[in-house]
Amino acid sequence: MASEHGEEVKVLGKWSSPFSNRVVLSLKLKGVAYKYSEEDFANKSDDLLKYNPIHKKVPVLIHKGNPLPESLVIVEYIDDTWTNNPLLPQDPYERALARFWSKTLDDKILPALWNACWSDEKGRDKAVEEALEALKILQEALKDKRFFGGETIGLVDIAANFIGYWVAILQEIAGLELLTIEKFPKLYKWSQEFVNHPVIKESLPPRDKLFAFFKASASK
Amino acid sequence: RMANEVVLLETWASMYGIRVRIALAEKGVKYECKEENLRNKSSLLLQMNPIHKKIPVLIHNGKPICDSAIIVQYIDEVWSHKAPLMPSDPYERAQARFWVDYIDKKVYDTSRKMWLSTGEEHETWRKELISVFKQLEETLGDKPFYGGDTFGFVDVGLISFYSWFYSFEIYGNFKMEAECPKLVAWVKRCMQRETVSKNLPDEKEIYDHAEASKKALELK
Repeated sequence: MASEHGEEVKVLGKWSSPFSNRVVLSLKLKGVAYKYSEEDFANKSDDLLKYNPIHKKVPVLIHKGNPLPESLVIVEYIDDTWTNNPLLPQDPYERALARFWSKTLDDKILPALWNACWSDEKGRDKAVEEALEALKILQEALKDKRFFGGETIGLVDIAANFIGYWVAILQEIAGLELLTIEKFPKLYKWSQEFVNHPVIKESLPPRDKLFAFFKASASK
Repeated sequence: RMANEVVLLETWASMYGIRVRIALAEKGVKYECKEENLRNKSSLLLQMNPIHKKIPVLIHNGKPICDSAIIVQYIDEVWSHKAPLMPSDPYERAQARFWVDYIDKKVYDTSRKMWLSTGEEHETWRKELISVFKQLEETLGDKPFYGGDTFGFVDVGLISFYSWFYSFEIYGNFKMEAECPKLVAWVKRCMQRETVSKNLPDEKEIYDHAEASKKALELK
């Protein structure tokens, strides 16, 4: 499906970053054509410093020459601009809930999982406890739905990409069992639906490459 | 059809609660205000925001909405007949979300770090806080409001901090008028709106409150 607007859509991203990936997933779900540019953090490009002078981070979306940073802001913008396959619900209350869960993922859930996977022996028990608590509340938000968005992938599913895909890899490297079918059957089932979704499947970074990348970081 | 019941859980000094009060006032919505004691949270608060246990919480016809930026967007979407707060253009909307996110990430945390530190560390945070306000002033540019000609989402997001400027000036030993004159002019424009002036707490009461909190923290 060609881009409705025909103008150039560019993404500055990092292949291993779940935040960059959120932007890629959103564009792919809408069938929007885009150009992707890989950022090397050791050597921030002139483009990155020009387009995100405030936070100097990826992802950045550039549409019609207009730059936009912050992954969740970008995903909402994509949803506003390309209105096929909506990512946010129509109802204001449901929209507020979707925004709340996306923010809670960034503010509370992702950090808890990340910290647990990178925790040292001293902080491990507490970090793992917090990670399990975070997964519990996320599973409660899912209820009995196939996706957080209902029958189709929505904003919260995209925001939870780290949980759906990255956590399995990181917990293996850390030797932890956080998101498992035994501990969180509904959330685990969601993660399988997520990674096997036809569009998502071809838009996630390759598992071996991601594994090797994080394993190398772990050894440092 | 259920009556439009609107309840706001907040604390008098919270700049985040003030955002919601201003937004409700802009829309002419009648609501009940419940003052929370954060050292003794009500069962209603714990029931309505079990995840974060924070204020503000808007309860609309029994359903809770949490996080001030999300609440203001909800108010804008539900009471859309009057005083639109979000821009109509998707890119401008995204920018508005970005800047409120920037305010949320930067203003309170930086001011708190400045407030609680001494010596060189204090100097660093002091400079950082001033640069945050200078950035916000630059973003405003020559527009009367962040929303352009009309008072909007980012205006609500930042003016809610105004009662704290006096305290920032004392703790940071600077004058907002000298550092950011355009921002101060913007404040004066906002204060001409009754919806703003009637909903901002007294700056000296805020300072006394800050002093009391500081002493309480230092005693621990």
